[in-house]
Amino acid sequence: MARVVVDVMPKPEILDPQGQAVTRALARIGISGVADVRQGKHFELEVDDGLDDETLHRIAGDLLANPVIEDWTVTRV
Amino acid sequence: MSGAGMRIGVVTFPGTLDDVDAARAARRAGAEAVELWHGDHDLRGVDAVVVPGGFSYGDYLRAGAIASQAPIMREVVDAAGRGMPVLGICNGFQILCEAGLLPGALVRNAGLHFVCRDQALRVESTSTAWTGGFTAGQEIVVPLKSGEGRYVADAATLAELEAEGRVVFRYVGGAPNGAMADIAGVASADGRVVGLMPHPEHAIDTLTGPTTDGLGLFTSVIGAAAAA
Repeated sequence: MARVVVDVMPKPEILDPQGQAVTRALARIGISGVADVRQGKHFELEVDDGLDDETLHRIAGDLLANPVIEDWTVTRV
Repeated sequence: MSGAGMRIGVVTFPGTLDDVDAARAARRAGAEAVELWHGDHDLRGVDAVVVPGGFSYGDYLRAGAIASQAPIMREVVDAAGRGMPVLGICNGFQILCEAGLLPGALVRNAGLHFVCRDQALRVESTSTAWTGGFTAGQEIVVPLKSGEGRYVADAATLAELEAEGRVVFRYVGGAPNGAMADIAGVASADGRVVGLMPHPEHAIDTLTGPTTDGLGLFTSVIGAAAAA
């Protein structure tokens, strides 16, 4: 089996109120110097060794991410 | 076909909440309400479909994402392609966007607060299967109750929606969830598929709702069927 990581992030132009709330909470626990936080999703997949890149990108683009609002990267690890 | 004998299907997924109210609204408008089950590949001969609100599959992955892949949704997508009227309410709107029947997406409210209140909407288009009984510019009041109701789409899609008159409902007095262009509901290019975040099915009786304005969507689709 091979391990594949898919990271999904809100597109830069999409407002991320959750990330903003995290940014504000950091200030509240006394941490300064963090200008911005964006919150996304991290998926770890165990896949057959033979699974091709096209299928992996289908998995990411058709289900794990919504291309209207999110960007994704597929990484074999 | 005659509108009087219209059969309106209401889909139930695991986690759906508002199927009972949607069915009641369909009956109150004069149609027969037909229960549709998420795991079936069967629309049971209905003439229109309502995809109601709730938290299908617990909003796992993204609101509406898992439900959009359910067996019944394959049938709904095919039927919509043949021109069957489909209405998505709240989580149903999210499901229709995830299924590709409507453009754009619904994301977490700006400010993160779950918004629950009676909401004034302006009916921007009466040329859809679900709004033909309203007058253009009419204001209606129905409940809004959602945490991920902020409509977003890219600039080209927004321009297309505006140019083609496919913004169906807009929040009056500004969007309480940060929705782009104050958009509360949109339609497909053929006007047969409509999705909106607020809940017309909860505004059909003043005993429990703020108005009976919501009934207009259901009587409109019956009227559209009768005129066809």
